[in-house]
Amino acid sequence: MTPMNRRLFPVLAGLSAFFLMTAPIVIIRAPYESTMGLVQKIFYFHFPAWMAMFLAVFVLGIASVQYLFRGKAAADRLAVAAAELAVVFGLMGLITGPLWGIKAWGVWWQWDARLTMAVILELILVAYLLLRQYGGAGSDRLAAGVGIFAMANVPFLYVSTEIWRTVHPRTSVVPTLPVDFGLPLWWSFAGFIVLCMALLAARAKLEEQRAALDRLYLALEED
Amino acid sequence: MGILRLGGASRRAASRWGVLRVLALGLVVGAAAGMAVAEAAQPATTAAQDGFVPMGDIPPEDQMPAAPLVAAAYAAVWAIAVGYLWTIWQRLGTVEAELADVARRVGDRDGA
Amino acid sequence: MREFLRVAWLVVRKDLRVESRSRELLFTTVFFAISCVLVFSFGFVRGGRAVEGAAAGILWIAIAFSGTLALGRAFERERYHDALRGLLLAPVARPAIYVGKLAGLLLLLAVVEAIVTVMVAFLFEAPLFRHPVRLFALLSLGTLGFAGVGTLFSAMLVRARSRAVLLPVLLYPVTIPVLIMGVSGTAVLIDPEPNLAMARLWIGLLFFFDAVFLTLALWTFEPVMTE
Repeated sequence: MTPMNRRLFPVLAGLSAFFLMTAPIVIIRAPYESTMGLVQKIFYFHFPAWMAMFLAVFVLGIASVQYLFRGKAAADRLAVAAAELAVVFGLMGLITGPLWGIKAWGVWWQWDARLTMAVILELILVAYLLLRQYGGAGSDRLAAGVGIFAMANVPFLYVSTEIWRTVHPRTSVVPTLPVDFGLPLWWSFAGFIVLCMALLAARAKLEEQRAALDRLYLALEED
Repeated sequence: MGILRLGGASRRAASRWGVLRVLALGLVVGAAAGMAVAEAAQPATTAAQDGFVPMGDIPPEDQMPAAPLVAAAYAAVWAIAVGYLWTIWQRLGTVEAELADVARRVGDRDGA
Repeated sequence: MREFLRVAWLVVRKDLRVESRSRELLFTTVFFAISCVLVFSFGFVRGGRAVEGAAAGILWIAIAFSGTLALGRAFERERYHDALRGLLLAPVARPAIYVGKLAGLLLLLAVVEAIVTVMVAFLFEAPLFRHPVRLFALLSLGTLGFAGVGTLFSAMLVRARSRAVLLPVLLYPVTIPVLIMGVSGTAVLIDPEPNLAMARLWIGLLFFFDAVFLTLALWTFEPVMTE
C-alpha cells in the first residue's frame, strides 16, 4: 500500500494541478448564461466541489461498512481521511455557494431544502471528526456507525431540488448542459475529483504513519 | 474484551430478523413512491433552474460586480486546497520525525 | 419473529420495572420538559402576548431537549454493574434489545409530550388540538425518528469518553431533518388557514425518514455494539 501510495500521489497531484490551473482558461472561453451572466461561472467550481464532497462521503460510508462488518483496519484509516476531505470540500461548496447566491438571488443565504441539507451533511461530518477526536478508546466503531448515517444523507441532498421547487438550480441541469457549458464543467470536475483522490491518498498515508508509530511505541514498551 | 459474540440460537434469530429488514426496505420503497405522488405543487420560479441557456451579448453593467465574486470563489477553492495540503504535510512531517526517533530508540535497544 | 418481539418485550418490562421502583427518569425528564417550556415562555411571551408563530418550534425544541436528557440517562443507568454488557451477552438477537430500549424511551417521551403539548397550547395560545389526528401522527413519527437514532447513538456512546457532550453533538445534526419536518408540519396545522395537503406531505416525509433511519439503526446496532 505504502510504496504504491508514494507513486500514486505525485501523479494525482500533478494531474489535478494541471486541470485546475488550466480550468480558468476553459471557463473564461465559455459563453455567458442568459439570466445570471458572469457570476454563473462560479458554478464551474461550486458543482465539482460538491461532487468531490459526495465522492469523499461515499468513500467514508463504504469504508465504514467495511470496517464495521469486516473489521478491516485499513478501511478505518481510509474513513478518517475521507471524512476530513468531505469537510474540506464541503467548506469549498459552502463558500462558493453564497458568492454565487448574492449575485443571482440577491441574498447570501437562503434556508431552502438544498442549502439546509448541505449544512446538515457538513455538520454530521464535523460531528464525526469530533467523535473521533474526543470519543476515546473504541470510538472508531461508533464513528463508523455515524459515517453510514452521513452517507445515507447524500441521496436526499442530491434529489432535494427535484422534490422541492427551490431557488437553487435543479441537479437535472447538469446532464442537459449544452456543450459550451459542459466542457468547462467536466474539465473542472476532473480536476476536483483527481484532487480529491490525491488528498485522500496523502491523508490516508498520514493515518498509516500514525498507526505505524503506535505499533512502534507498543514494541518499545513491551519489554 | 472480545467476549460479546453471538451464539447459534441468536444467529438463527438474527437470520429471521433478516425478514424484518427486508420489510423495512419495502417500507422505504413504498414511502418513496408515496412521496413522488405527494410532490407538492409549488410555485414555479424564474431564475434558470431547469437549464442554463447561453447568452450572446454581455450587458456591461453585469460584468463589473460579478467578476470579484467569481475571482473570490476561485481563490477560496485554491486557498482551501493548498491550505489543507499544507496541514497534511505538516502533520506528516511531525509524525515521520517521531517515527524516525522511535525507530532509532528501538534499534538502539535491540543493538545494546 | 415472535421470539424477537418476546425479547424486545422482556427488555421493555425490565426497564419499566426498574423505573417503577425509583421513577427517577420519569420525574426528572418531565420536570425538565416543564421548565424548558417555562423558560421559553419567559423568553417569548411579551406583554402578555405570545410571539407569533413560536409555538411549533418551542414544542419540538422542548421535546428534543428532554429527549436528549432521557436518552443520556436511560443508558447511563445501564452502565452500573455492567448491566449493558450483561444484556448484550444474552444469546438473543441484538436488534431486539435495541427495539426494547427504544420502546421504553418512546413510552417515556409519550408522557412528556402529552404534558408539553398541553402546556404549549395553553401558554402560547396555539390551537394545537384543532387537528388531533394529524398532530398525533406528526408527534409520534417525529419522536420515533428522533428516539430511533438517539437510542443507537446513546447505546454506542456508553463506552465512549465525554459521552454527555458527544450525544447532542452527534444526535442533533443527524436528526435535524426530523425536527424540521415536525416543526413545519405543526406550524402548518396551527396556522389560521391550515394547508392540509402540506401537512400530509410533512407526515409522508417523516414516515420516509423514519423508515430509512430505523433500517440503518437496526442494521448497524449489532456491529457497533460488538467490542
